Amino acid sequence: MPGVINATNDFVVKFANVNGSGSASANQLFAKSILRMGIPIASRNIFPSNIQGLPTWFEVRVSGEGHLGRRGGVDLMVAMNPQTWDRDVAEIDAGGYLFYDSTRPLPRSRFREDINVIGVPLTEMCNAAYTDARQRQLFKNIMYVGALSALLQIDPGVVETLLSEAYKGKEKLAKSNRDAFHMGRDWALANLACPLGLRLERADKVGERIYVDGNSAAGLGAVYGGATVCAWYPITPSTSLAEGFEKYCRRFRTEPDTGKKRYAIVQAEDELASIGIVIGAAWNGARAFTATSGPGISLMQEFVGLSYFAEIPSVIFDVQRAGPSTGMPTRTQQSDVLAAAYASHGDTKHIVLFPEDPNECFQFGADAFDIADRFQQPVFVLLDLDIGMNDWLCEPFAWDDNRRMDRGKVMTAEELEAGKVFGRYLDADGDGIPYRTYPGTHPNKGAFFTRGTSRDRFAKYTEVGAAYVDNMQRLLQKFETAKGVVPHPILRRAAEPTRVGVIYYGSSSAAMQEALTALEAEGIQVDALRIRAFPFHRDVDAFIAEHDTVFVVEQNRDAQLRTLIMNECSIAPQQLIPVLHYDGTPITARFIRAAIGDKVLANKVLPFAGAAAE
Amino acid sequence: MSFLPKPKLHHPRLPVNALGFTRRDYEGAISTLCAGCGHDSISAAIIQACFELDIEPHRVAKMSGIGCSSKTPDYFLGASHGFNSVHGRMPSVLTGANLANRELLYLGVSGDGDSASIGFGQFAHSIRRGVNMTYIVENNGVYGLTKGQFSATSDKGSKAKKGAINTDEAIDLIGIALQLGATYVGRSFSGDKDQLVPLIKGAMRHDGPAFIDCISPCVAFNNHEGSTKSYDFVREHNEAMNHLDVIIGRNPITADYAPGEVRDVQQHDGSVLRLRKLHAEYDPTDRVGAMHHLHERKAAGEIVTGLLYIEPDPQDLHANLGTVARPLNRLGDAALVPGAAALEKLNASLR
Ligand SMILES: Cc1ncc(C[n+]2csc(CCOP(=O)(O)OP(=O)(O)O)c2C)c(N)n1
Ligand code: SF4
Ligand SMILES: [Mg+2]
Repeated sequence: MPGVINATNDFVVKFANVNGSGSASANQLFAKSILRMGIPIASRNIFPSNIQGLPTWFEVRVSGEGHLGRRGGVDLMVAMNPQTWDRDVAEIDAGGYLFYDSTRPLPRSRFREDINVIGVPLTEMCNAAYTDARQRQLFKNIMYVGALSALLQIDPGVVETLLSEAYKGKEKLAKSNRDAFHMGRDWALANLACPLGLRLERADKVGERIYVDGNSAAGLGAVYGGATVCAWYPITPSTSLAEGFEKYCRRFRTEPDTGKKRYAIVQAEDELASIGIVIGAAWNGARAFTATSGPGISLMQEFVGLSYFAEIPSVIFDVQRAGPSTGMPTRTQQSDVLAAAYASHGDTKHIVLFPEDPNECFQFGADAFDIADRFQQPVFVLLDLDIGMNDWLCEPFAWDDNRRMDRGKVMTAEELEAGKVFGRYLDADGDGIPYRTYPGTHPNKGAFFTRGTSRDRFAKYTEVGAAYVDNMQRLLQKFETAKGVVPHPILRRAAEPTRVGVIYYGSSSAAMQEALTALEAEGIQVDALRIRAFPFHRDVDAFIAEHDTVFVVEQNRDAQLRTLIMNECSIAPQQLIPVLHYDGTPITARFIRAAIGDKVLANKVLPFAGAAAE
Repeated sequence: MSFLPKPKLHHPRLPVNALGFTRRDYEGAISTLCAGCGHDSISAAIIQACFELDIEPHRVAKMSGIGCSSKTPDYFLGASHGFNSVHGRMPSVLTGANLANRELLYLGVSGDGDSASIGFGQFAHSIRRGVNMTYIVENNGVYGLTKGQFSATSDKGSKAKKGAINTDEAIDLIGIALQLGATYVGRSFSGDKDQLVPLIKGAMRHDGPAFIDCISPCVAFNNHEGSTKSYDFVREHNEAMNHLDVIIGRNPITADYAPGEVRDVQQHDGSVLRLRKLHAEYDPTDRVGAMHHLHERKAAGEIVTGLLYIEPDPQDLHANLGTVARPLNRLGDAALVPGAAALEKLNASLR
């Protein structure tokens, strides 16, 4: 007899599906019904870039405690893809459960002795109930949700409500889905020992939170940020960001009377053209952005430098993936940090924002345009595949109706006419930020010729070294000003005073929160600082100075943020201990806890070379 | 509040246009190019065209890539915003600028290296997207700024200054522009102002992708015996298809022609392109015919010039995208930001 995992509101269910079989909406129904019961979940799509065989997995972590990072391990496998059967069965934790379509009998050798097997003759039931091939396929998925609802104690009322919402106005469809759901549910109630050791119990832990992916959220942020021009070239995992922008634009930016669009989206011929279009549009006074991933960032390098030197606002969403182009495009990483921060040739550095979840993707997605206009330079928003392409439970989007676009220093025709001095690269206010004019502003004042450098404060051509240095110093001054304006870091203090600190950012946040809770339970006190932007706020220097040991948690091999901190804050390497996870799967709390906990407990905190956690 | 252009004070006898501007109001900084460079003549033709068209200089955005040719926007229309971008990428920057404000006139200046080599893709895609612009390639068959290497428009068999013979096939940008849907296509020669000025004028009054390939000898690196882009060679082999006059409203009609000798084409904005035919069989509204003729004459060793193709009723990128009439860069918060109530509804749909 296998052991039995018993857990309430705290387990992992993984669905192994064939892509295009209609499983996505059934899995979504499963996930949402748990949320509607007030129980937090974290869900992730896992899909290889190899299209052949089309396997996809959907993992749902149920966490009454509200942990949103990936946990690792599988308690219940819903094995719907014969092609991946062996590896799926192998992945289940001992004492866990295997749910499968038992229509065709399988030899004992295809199972494991230490797991609990639950067979439901889904195909047989479908073939009996439906004649149409497509219906058989689609309703099989809804049927397994029905069976799972009995096994895990999902409230059927919640599922029915979700189905009515999804098929509003299409009562016939809603009814056939309901019927399929109940067919599966009734069969399980009649034929299986329900519930399993894994159970759901209504809770009140979700509150007002929403369930959405980071790419849609960032696209929506760009709509709220006033972006009107988007130029992009398709690349996983960023494609759905541009598509999200388009979807929300169609809804919110179509003129009701004419059907005309208050936006322009160009699918360009490559990433060079994408960023070129962005720069041209922004030069001409529109808010513009592109969305890409690492390989696209590589192609944009020259133009990013132009945007920096010519001081033209540009917003670049980089949804990071594991490199390189022929690498693991469907796996997550935080490995473009340095490529973004120091993009291009010559002395350049750029503003980079690190959202932790879809809520911040929305917020930073809008803020990026204010920041870019204010500082007249590129702003990178670094998402990653994990935040970008997965639905996350996060705080609802919020907007202040009194907020207005901050277009930065733009000199108007009135100001020019009144005789205000205009020097395109003149630091009139002492903050390093010059004034610009939009083309066509005034008949004979305010026009200038845009080029990278080799010009003076009034944009007149010069190759004099002193003028070059003067300009470069002003750019530094501008970067200094930005430190106080970009999203500041967020500090979480341990319960007791401690000399141990940890720095983290982006999508590592969820796993980090969970790891901190676990460490605290073990009596390990760690102060934590979440960095949200580059250039680094003074609080980062202060945090490092306050602690003897500072871990830097990242999802890349080379400790890129650590390098950036060392370089920009003049920190000695031995002060920052890297904790690195970079196999392409999202970082887990177990990993962080082990890496930090073991080192602190053993009290053998090592310098960089030997310490990288594998 | 609007600001009327105020012409500078000039010599009272300088001719003025309808806006009260003299030709000098369309000039820019002093050119730093070699004396005799064809590019300077093209700048002069642009100045003349804008002057004659009564264009308000500040309503033009002049964009370029990198090269001697791409430097020239600094040397004309000093009251216009200019953008010297990166090598071969003017078309994308211009496309973005055009998307932001459809009301300005966009003038893209490029070189043969800029458009036929490093920027061949951007050239092609801006044309096929239908960006409303005047795109001029100042074609000298070499890389002037990097001192005389062959460019992708150098003819096969043509000789470099130091004697090397070009073995690569030349790209004919006119042929590509025709194939990819440019709706105004012309070729001219920097040394033929009478042909070039009206060609630029027609292009600037055209509401779609207008492309001009202007052969422009490089006196420093490609004006020698054996070059096919030298002043002498082009003068000898120039075969003009037509003579163009751009007639705008009040312009007097200057000459009488025999029937069948002239053809009027009315553009979308009301301007009339009066074409005096120099080749009776040539029809500039027939795209396929134009492509065929071009190949035929090229095989005969001629450089075909003139207005080679015109689509009088073009559709541009904005029409394709369905953007609003008001320039996107003038839309404010009310037009762009959906607000808190819409967001609340959206939140509700995500629970
Ligand atoms: C990315 C890049 N590569 C190379 C160069 C060097 N470069 C400057 S101009 C030029 C060629 C320009 O040729 P063309 O466009 O024909 O202009 P011309 O000088 O002949 O008018 C080159 C290769 C550059 N500026 N940028
Ligand atoms: S090098 Fe050639 S193209 Fe450049 S300025 Fe001199 S003549 Fe003109
Ligand atoms: Mg050239």
